[in-house]
Amino acid sequence: MNNTKNKPGWRNDAYAKVTGIAKYTDDYTMPQMLHAVPVYAPVASAMLTAIDSTQAMLQAGIVAVFTAKDIPGNIKFGQIIKDYPTLVSDRIKSTGDVLALIVANTRDNAIAAIPFVKLELEELPAIYDPEIAMLPESPLLHPEHGSNVCNYHCVRTGDIQSGEQDSDLIIEHDFSTSRVEHAYLEPESALCHLRPDGVMEVLGSMQHPFSTRRFVASTLGCKLSDVEVKTVPMGGGFGGKDDTPALVCARAALCAYLLKKPVKITYTREWSMRESYKRHPYTLQYRMGLKNSGKIQFVRVRMVADGGAYCSVTPWVTWRSTVQCCGCYEVPNVHCDVYGVYTNNVFSGAFRGFGSPQVNFCIEQLIEIAAEKLNLDATELRRLNMVHQDSVTITGQKLSTHTVSLKQAMDSILEASAYEAKLPKCSFGNPTQDEWYGIGYAISYRGMSLGAEGTDFNSAIINIQPDGSVLLETGIHENGQGSESAMILIAAEELGIPQDLFRYRFPSTSNIPDGGTTVASRGTLLGGGATVKAAEIVKQRLCEGVEAGLGQTNCHYEQGKIYNADGEELADYFEAVNFCYAKQIYPYGFGVFKAPRVSWDEHTGHGDAYFTWVYGCQAVELKVNAKTGQITLLNMLAAHDMGKIINPAMLAGQYFGGMTMGAGYGLYENVPLESGNPKVSNYHNYRVLRSTDLPEMTPIYIENRDPMSPSGAKGIGEPTLELMAPAIANALYRATGKRFSSLPLAPQVQDFVKGKQQ
Amino acid sequence: MTITVNGKEHAFPVELAEKNLATWLREDLLLTGTKIGCDIGVCGSCTVLINDVPSRSCKVKLKEAAGKSVLTIEGVTAKDGTLHPIQQAFVDCGAIQCGFCTPGMVLSTYAFLKANPHPTREQARTAIKGNICRCTGYQQIIDAILAAAEIMR
Repeated sequence: MNNTKNKPGWRNDAYAKVTGIAKYTDDYTMPQMLHAVPVYAPVASAMLTAIDSTQAMLQAGIVAVFTAKDIPGNIKFGQIIKDYPTLVSDRIKSTGDVLALIVANTRDNAIAAIPFVKLELEELPAIYDPEIAMLPESPLLHPEHGSNVCNYHCVRTGDIQSGEQDSDLIIEHDFSTSRVEHAYLEPESALCHLRPDGVMEVLGSMQHPFSTRRFVASTLGCKLSDVEVKTVPMGGGFGGKDDTPALVCARAALCAYLLKKPVKITYTREWSMRESYKRHPYTLQYRMGLKNSGKIQFVRVRMVADGGAYCSVTPWVTWRSTVQCCGCYEVPNVHCDVYGVYTNNVFSGAFRGFGSPQVNFCIEQLIEIAAEKLNLDATELRRLNMVHQDSVTITGQKLSTHTVSLKQAMDSILEASAYEAKLPKCSFGNPTQDEWYGIGYAISYRGMSLGAEGTDFNSAIINIQPDGSVLLETGIHENGQGSESAMILIAAEELGIPQDLFRYRFPSTSNIPDGGTTVASRGTLLGGGATVKAAEIVKQRLCEGVEAGLGQTNCHYEQGKIYNADGEELADYFEAVNFCYAKQIYPYGFGVFKAPRVSWDEHTGHGDAYFTWVYGCQAVELKVNAKTGQITLLNMLAAHDMGKIINPAMLAGQYFGGMTMGAGYGLYENVPLESGNPKVSNYHNYRVLRSTDLPEMTPIYIENRDPMSPSGAKGIGEPTLELMAPAIANALYRATGKRFSSLPLAPQVQDFVKGKQQ
Repeated sequence: MTITVNGKEHAFPVELAEKNLATWLREDLLLTGTKIGCDIGVCGSCTVLINDVPSRSCKVKLKEAAGKSVLTIEGVTAKDGTLHPIQQAFVDCGAIQCGFCTPGMVLSTYAFLKANPHPTREQARTAIKGNICRCTGYQQIIDAILAAAEIMR
């Protein structure tokens, strides 16, 4: 009965995934199913004057060619600003724009007809540089928005002038970061059909079924309740399966609605890389002042994020960069300006990390640059300035409601990596060595969940069946991270019953209320919180069942047993379930977790931005071939405080996966553009890390249960990604003796080595 | 022309000779455990064994597989549903996240351990070089390969 100990590696979908019977969207077919494919804009900026599909319609197997004029509802939609055309009606703004959909009996036939759709365009000047886009004389991408600045955030703290005057050292440094592709292994896919009851049913590879439902309902011009989005196993998301997959679903739904037949759209990798949003590339100009003692006096920073042609979640991504613009340090005087800017480039959106990897890359190097100029130890400089218990953040938030474990994280990494002992081994580009060694680390704090960027609540349903088995569901989505398993483990622990009793319900937007998107490392925190609340309710129902059955009062539930006020055991879990059903009491709980209050003032950049924070540190050892510049990662370590461990093996997987993605971001990953269009198209020219690129990794777990989280757990998905790039940059400095200020780092190291040889 | 898939012989008409094996497995045999991630033979998601050799089924034409024996992920599981020791090790080591790379990873491991029952950690790491995983950082997959090797010895 009390066998609730977590099984190592347990997850509810492991059997299906390891046997290949797990069905992802493209694995489903339906009778009479048709296939649709997109027709893309050939240029990034033009007026679309006509589409002639006559020749396309004559090709084998073609059923229809649809354009914007076939959309019964809204042509444009978006999560914040409704500026994204599901199909373009007139103005082309990006090479990711879809102008028409070809529907055919087979996907191959539909693809073969693409060249036969004749487009008439008048090409217009395009803007690819966000700095140029911001100039007043530049043409507007979205005239209705009134500016190419999609959004602006600021922080004004203290007095920047006195900060300047009080500083003994002022450093200025410019940085830039790269545009990055999510490269989830499963390309976008959607299968839609209009049910006999009039509901448009959507199967799709997405991480926000409720957002998808909004996109579909808007496109069809129907009510939210007329669309049911069902989610099936998804082959990776990392923040990337929101807008673009929702648009793919909306287009498949459009075709299914118009033809009254099931329609599937499955993307090729090439379409996915062309159209899907990327991580925002930033340019960042930092100016920092310090006392000779090392105490930071001020930070002044200007950031420009290239949002591309459409808004997506650029205002939210750049907001996190704003709140965290000084990294995890106390800074009395801050002047921060952050701009999200429209250009004709492929658009930018949510990506694991969400605005923090960019600022961490800068600040964790700046702190070391400053230390060297002051002739101070960089670790001591960090200790002197970093946030501690009851610190006040740059936005005026007092860190008092949870354990501030930044020092704990940093010290554990310094010890585990033997950092101090290894520092003397660093090469600093020693010309007598063939191989240069370096070690580096970085630290961060991170606001959890959405913060003041959005409404933040979630729900869970625990529905105990007459035989004691349990149906569980939450408003959190399984992205591959093991959220369903985590929810089951939390519920099993709360109720003190075996996890085998649980079945997670097939998720559907018609089952449970909209709980927001499964992003921002909020799944375990919010969904787990709602699960605990639901468990509290069913515990109460089970007690009521026993009270009614046995004529008792004031019963309480503890670890699968019901006791009276004297502590006498009255019934076990199964007996309690029987009493409930016999006495007309449903052992059913609908639990809601509302995130505690947060606040934000857009004019001053002040407020309690997030209701809780996490702390972390990562380190890396590497070597650089002094002749070729080739970088070999030797060792990677990470320490994070996630509040409480729910599923140890899945937690480890988040560590390893995040560190790996962070290392790829630091070293190689980049989406160069040509006239706004990605020059990468598939895994042969977009380099994600392979097994042989990586060393063994060491995870260190820090558990300080968070009082603001009902389950005690916080989040881990994004913290693991946001530190490896600056850690690598710091290690590369100690290996080569050169600071590298832009991402990705590997090509610059190679250029540096070549330059030395000439 | 015929291809033996998971021990069963399947005939295919000559007009499908140019069709790629991955699509045929998925569309014609409904063996959808074989995943297509890149369709150009670089990501490893579509890995199957052809005469015991790991192959990118998205780049193999049916005529090239004719007369040969193909093992897909569906053929790795025992008929009664019992997991193969490699599959069990993937489950036990937490080597699965989104699961899209998993079938290909299991098959690459299957061929590798047959040829090398006593692998080092470094050899296990190299064995899955051709299979991209975007979720796990590979470390628990390597754990699983070594754990499976031990069980299978």
